[in-house]
This record gives sequence, C-alpha cells and structure tokens, in this order.
Amino acid sequence: MHEPQVLADLRARIARIEGAGARYKAIPFGLDALDSRLPGGGIATGALHEIAGSPDLADDASATIFLAGILARVAGPVFWCLRWRDLFAPALDLAGLHPDRVIHVEAGSDANVLLAMEECLRNPGLAGVVGEITKYSTTASKRLQLAAEGSGVPAFVFRRASKPEQMLEGTAAMTRWRITAVPSEDLGIPSLGRPRWRAALERVRGGNPHSWIVEGCDATGRIALPAALVDRPAAAEDRQIAA
Amino acid sequence: MTAIPDHGRRIVAAVDPGARALGIRPGMTITKARSFAPELQVVDAEPEADLEGLRRLALWAGARYSPVVAPDAPDGLWIDVTGCASLFSTERALLKDLHRRVAGFGLSVQIAVADTAGCAHAVARHVPAGRPVTILPGDHRKAIALLPISALRLAPAGVEGLRKLGFERIEQLIGSPRGPIAKRFGRDLHRRLDQALGFLPEPIEPIFPEALPQTRRGFMEPIATPEAFARVIRDLANDIVGQLAGLGKGARGLDCYFHRVDGHVQAIRVGTATPARDPLHLAKLLSAKIDTIEPGLGIEAMTLVTPLVEAMKPAQGESLESLRSTGPDLAALIDALANRFGHRNLRRAVPRASAMPERSVSSVPALGQPEGANWHDDLPRPSRMLARPEPIDVIALLPDEAPRLFIWRGKRHRVTQGDGPERLHGEWWRERGAEGELPLTVRDYYQVETETGGRYWLFRLGDGEHASTGTMRWFIHGAFA
Repeated sequence: MHEPQVLADLRARIARIEGAGARYKAIPFGLDALDSRLPGGGIATGALHEIAGSPDLADDASATIFLAGILARVAGPVFWCLRWRDLFAPALDLAGLHPDRVIHVEAGSDANVLLAMEECLRNPGLAGVVGEITKYSTTASKRLQLAAEGSGVPAFVFRRASKPEQMLEGTAAMTRWRITAVPSEDLGIPSLGRPRWRAALERVRGGNPHSWIVEGCDATGRIALPAALVDRPAAAEDRQIAA
Repeated sequence: MTAIPDHGRRIVAAVDPGARALGIRPGMTITKARSFAPELQVVDAEPEADLEGLRRLALWAGARYSPVVAPDAPDGLWIDVTGCASLFSTERALLKDLHRRVAGFGLSVQIAVADTAGCAHAVARHVPAGRPVTILPGDHRKAIALLPISALRLAPAGVEGLRKLGFERIEQLIGSPRGPIAKRFGRDLHRRLDQALGFLPEPIEPIFPEALPQTRRGFMEPIATPEAFARVIRDLANDIVGQLAGLGKGARGLDCYFHRVDGHVQAIRVGTATPARDPLHLAKLLSAKIDTIEPGLGIEAMTLVTPLVEAMKPAQGESLESLRSTGPDLAALIDALANRFGHRNLRRAVPRASAMPERSVSSVPALGQPEGANWHDDLPRPSRMLARPEPIDVIALLPDEAPRLFIWRGKRHRVTQGDGPERLHGEWWRERGAEGELPLTVRDYYQVETETGGRYWLFRLGDGEHASTGTMRWFIHGAFA
C-alpha cells in the first residue's frame, strides 16, 4: 500500500473511533483554506460547536452573523434558544437566513436554554439548534453532543460576552470558534466596506487550531477571504498565531 | 331584589346595592323589606336558572383559567389556580383578567386568593375591597382571625347562638377550648374552622362539560409513582384518541385529573399548537408534567378530558413521501417546548411597517401564521440591537458627520470610519413612542467602525433646526457584524 493511502486509512479509522463526522455530512464554507482544516471538510452536522464573540457587543454581533451564515446554507427550520432579546431579525435576513425559518425560543435562563436545546436536538431534520448562554458545564456539553449525534442536527452553543480565558474550560464540542471584528479595508470615502473578522478556530477535534481573517457574510451567507490576503503564504499566518 | 317562598311567606333572596344601602338583607320577609322602602321592586327568584348560570360560568372559567373549577352554590365559584399563573405570566395578571372579564359580564364580583378554600371563601365575602384580594402564603390564619364568625360557612342558628355567648370574631373561636363549644354547636363548627386554617383538606370536585371526550380509570390499589402515572396516562391517551377519531376531531388541549385518596383533585393541563391525535405525542406532553403532582397517600383514579377539540386539518396522504418532504414534526416539537416554556415564548419574527427600527419587527406564534414575508430592504441593520437606545458621550468634528470618538458604558471607542446619516422620521401619528420621544422625532443614524474593527449603530436625535424634533443627543442602538 502507498504511504498516503495508509495515512488516509488511519485518519478515517481514528475519525470513526472519535465519532467525528463519520455519520453525517458537513456544511462546507466553500473556502478551501477553512474547509481543509476541518474534519469532514466543514462544520460537521450531528455535532456540537461552540461559538463566541467577546465582551464587546460588536464581536458578539459578528459571531451572530457568522453563525447565521452557516445556517443560511442549510435547508430546514432553525431553533434559536435565547436568554436576551437583542437578536434583530432583519440582520439575519441580510445574511441569507430568512426569519421565517427561525423560531425563537425565549427560555429565560442558561439551564432552560440547555433544556430547550436538548429537546430540539432530538428531532432530525432541523437545520440547526442555537443556544445563547453565558456558562455551561462540560457535562452539559457532553449531553448536547450526544443529542446532536443521535439526530444529526448541528448544535451551536453561542457563548455571549465570553472572555478569552473562559475558552480554557473543557468541552465535548467538536469545534470552538471565536469571532472578533478586525478593521476593514479603508475605502478612502465616507462609507464602510465589507466587514472583516478574525475567525479563530481555537479547538477542533481531530485537527489543529488555526485562525483566519475573513470578510463577512454576503446575502447568501458566504464568507470570503480578503483579496489582499488570499496570496499570503500560510506560513506567515501560522507565525502570526504562534507569536 | 328577588324573593323566594318560604313556609307560606315570601322572604328576600338577593338584593342589589341600592336595596342593601336601605338596610334590606337576604332572609328578611318581604313585608319587613317593604317597610324600609314601599317602592321596592320584587322579582321572583329562579334558583334553578341561577344554578345553571353559575355552572356555565364555572365551565367558562374552567376553559380559561384552571382545569380545577367548581361552582359553589348559590353564589360562588371555586378556582384552583395552583400552577396556572404561568399562562398569564403572574398570578396577579390572572386575577386581574378574571376580575375584568367577570365584571364585563355585568356581574358584581369579589375575588380572593388564599392557601385554603375556606379562607378564600371568607375573605371574598367579608372583605369588600372591590378588587382581587390576595392572602399571601402562610397568612391565612392572620387573615381570617379578624373576620366575623359568620364567615365560617355555618348555619345561621349556630352563628346566632355563638354571638349570644359573646363570640364575634374567629380569633376568639381559635383561642377557646373546643370541647364545650362542640358539645353545644356540633362538630361542623370545628370542621369548618379547621378547613379554613388548613388542618383539614377541602377538596374541590371539578366540573367539566359531559359532552367532551373523556375517559377515566379507577384503581383497586392507589398508585403513587411517576412510572405508574406515565403508564396510566398512555392508556388514557389511547382511549381518548379512539374517541377523538370517532368524532373526526383532534385535541387542542388536555386536562388530566388525579383523584387522591383524601378526595383532593390535582390536574395537569397541556395545550397543543395544532389539533393532535397521536397518543404517543399526547402522552409525552402530559408525562412531562407528572412531577407537579403530589401523590400524597396515593391516587385512586385518573380522568383525562379534552376541553378543547378542533376538526383535524385534512392530512393529505400521510405517506412516506409527504413525510419526507414536509420535514420534521415541528408541531410536536413546538408543543413540547411550549408546554415547558409557554406558548408566548415561542415566536417567529415578522416585519412590521414602522419607521423606527425598534418597532419594525413584531413577533407572531411559531406555527400557523402566514410565511414568506418580504424583508428585503438592503439597508444595513445591526444583528444585535439594544432594547433601548443608550445615551453616549461623543466627540464629533463636524455637525453632519459621524463622531470621531464615543464613550459607551465607560469605554472609549475611537472611530476610524463611518457611514451615514440615514435619516428616520418619527411617526407623528403616534402620541408617544418608545423612550418618550417627541411626535416629530428625527433620528440621524450613523454606522461607525472603531479602531478595533467593531461596528456600531449610533444616532443623533433631532434635525438640528427644530427643537421639537429632538435634543441633538447621541445614542447607541446596536452593533453590526
């Protein structure tokens, strides 16, 4: 057997043992730079993902649209379990996620949001289940992961106003993202260009952390790589993260 | 005033406030009443019709407020509101709604809520507050202590006898030795007292319309475990679904009554978003609430009633293909969530025609509402919007440009780029909008990007020419992606 084939075979076996993306398809970003670093080639369905912004409202707003963009590209209803009432539906529409598809579950507390998520995750056929919380335990993350594995529905825990040190806690989530706004290109006119985010993949099961600068979602929920950065060698990016 | 015959004479049965003010009381003879006011209008009482009216009122309250409702002839209504307040968000809201609606029927009403039925009964009839009275948990003893003996639901002869002995208020009765009094007035006196104080149970036997699909199981041995309840609920659900299928209807609501061995009746109420006839689904909804039941010494019977039935929507060929194309069973999931979190907390957003962004979205129930609304409006809108715009301090160089710096929640944000203004005019036909804005409000919205890349939505109140359009203060209203 050729060596690459052996490696691929081993990788597939490890992935199966870890239960990662083996049974369900993934939702690709459509960007090779991102998809190639994610097991299954995208956001795995039937798994739990964590998404966070920062205590800055603008970063949480960016993470919201990053998430809406992922869900916009899957068919089916979305259950968005909330604690706060600051989600503004017209912005979801601008990212391609039609508000008709989104059912808001105002659960009131972290514990209730987790309960609601688990209940939703038992139903196959949903595009995704989102839960906005501040804190949750590793046990809760395992429960959600198992529920998601059972139905094949992707689960997203959106940690509101999350501080960077919280990301050190353990979790059963498949991936953990932190989305923060970065300055966009200066157009030189009194107008704003496409927003830019740092999409940091802080944790991924069966992969290595990485970070990208991406441009915000278009009307179909697709993110893009900024033109000036597309050709930058990946090594430089890696050095930047290591620093 | 109404009159009823009594031993060959006619006595007063009920009086209106005018007659009451003249000193006329139920129980007087008509002749005596006429001596107060010769022009008195006397109508023959119709006790059967009154009872029927009370029954209808009880059924109405049963459908709206609580599954456990019973008429208390001649003029009362028991409603067990335990655990029912969540439908109205608070108990206070429930009482207010009840008061408003019953008063709207043209009835004079007095409502009292207390830990025990006896206490609520006494307070409702002896505290003419004109609004719902709530006796806080644990305060029922204090509340009835001050009321007259007659508040204990005793025979008039007993009340008269006690009064002759010097007993006026209930607190005197609570404090005195029981033996001698019981000897003279019978055990009923202390039974009523203990019921009011909560030492003896006072079950409310709920009524519901006989015509509705219902099914009952009695047990040889009382049951008390959640597993046993779940089993019986499954059986009952199967029975009821059979009846519903015969009628061609589906259940929109279910009440499951638990009859405890001491006569106490507890109930679970669930609702569904669409008419449902799937026994598994109905049983699951009910079973989720089993933990609210206190089995005590055991449950000897359970009754399942469907107070609300609706024709099933024609299910067009429940074949595998249609199941696949319609996707997941949303109705079942939404019912499960709604019974836990309340129907009003499951919403979908729809656009609403309004110039002001905070009013441009309204929420509708998750199911059964028209879809396909057109949101398309390419103006940028924040993904996180503050419920109320918050004032900020700004440094702006030019009057019609985005500010260069703003301070929000104690943090400085240096602005590097901006876009705007987008001018929004207040709705002059509204008297006062959110945050007490002036009817002629003008807001100039700016999208700004700070040096860290965060994008915020700021606005300045007023057009800078007319003071009536706003104060030129700056606010922050949300954050963009």
